[in-house]
Amino acid sequence: MEKQQALFNYLLRLADSSLILGHRLSEWCGHGPVLEEDIALTNIALDFVGRANSIYVYAGKVEDKGRSEDDLAYMRNERNFFNNLLAEQPNGDFAQTILRQYFIDTYEIHFFEELSKSKDEMLAGIAAKSLKEIQYHIRHSSSWMERLGGGTDESNRRLQDSLNEIYRFTGSLFETNEADTVLAAEGIVPDLTTIQGKWQKDIDAKLEKSLLKKPENVWMQKGSLQGKHTEHLGYILAEMQSLHRAYPGVKW
Amino acid sequence: MTKDNQGILWEVFVQTKPGLPHKHCGSVHAPDKEMAIQNARDVYTRRSEGTSLWVVPAEAITASSPEDIGSFFEPANDKIYRHPTFYHVPEGVKYL
Repeated sequence: MEKQQALFNYLLRLADSSLILGHRLSEWCGHGPVLEEDIALTNIALDFVGRANSIYVYAGKVEDKGRSEDDLAYMRNERNFFNNLLAEQPNGDFAQTILRQYFIDTYEIHFFEELSKSKDEMLAGIAAKSLKEIQYHIRHSSSWMERLGGGTDESNRRLQDSLNEIYRFTGSLFETNEADTVLAAEGIVPDLTTIQGKWQKDIDAKLEKSLLKKPENVWMQKGSLQGKHTEHLGYILAEMQSLHRAYPGVKW
Repeated sequence: MTKDNQGILWEVFVQTKPGLPHKHCGSVHAPDKEMAIQNARDVYTRRSEGTSLWVVPAEAITASSPEDIGSFFEPANDKIYRHPTFYHVPEGVKYL
């Protein structure tokens, strides 16, 4: 795989994951359990959508076919989206949202730390900027993990049910393809296997602290890098892209 | 009356620039102080309005009541000799 192609592919992966998760979090707008959480979750959603925007802009330049960030976000189908499978999972209840968020925040704090050392200046810059946001995100989700896990019987049960349900999608965070090999060789992207080790260690510790039982013998769902997604992505895109699908080429 | 399960009420004070006093800007609900600080940050400093945040349980604040305005604050206005502007500092006095 040629380097420009690999970089474009990798950037889409990062941007798609940010956009889909940002969209999922925005679904909480007006529905938060308390006012402060409504604001917190939507603030976090904005961080993700903003990051997706920056990365799509860069991706458009790398591809060099004149596609703008809007073209990339709104004019591709499910088979051409490369977000990880965890991002597209439903919000569920507050516990499931927090759990999904914690899995992703733990991944991102390690991943973006490494990415900020990238030989690609643009990518390193985006990563450094994202790190400040991620430090806040993980503080939020981490606090809630312990409070929900160690709270009431109901909050612990809800968190455990969510864990049993979505743990199988965490493997998707560490999927790799040829792009990883090409780009890692040039010091542009981090090695996901080392990050996976750190992630697993943090997760195991947090699950124990939150009085949760890690599911055993879980088959990890994969396929996101080939555009193979759970059925949820179809509905997400149908809603998110509905304006552009109804009025192709629309401008404000 | 339905039970309010929003948690404890906290009053929020934001300092816009280092050295300036913290100003009261509103309140948040949260179950404990860590969540209170995070919620206050989300609600009141989202657009970089501050460098420092304080949260105080609303219970900890003792406030004067409106009925007290008379006895607390008015006598001072009558006694002009108590105001710093009453005494004229003579020329030549340098380090008062």
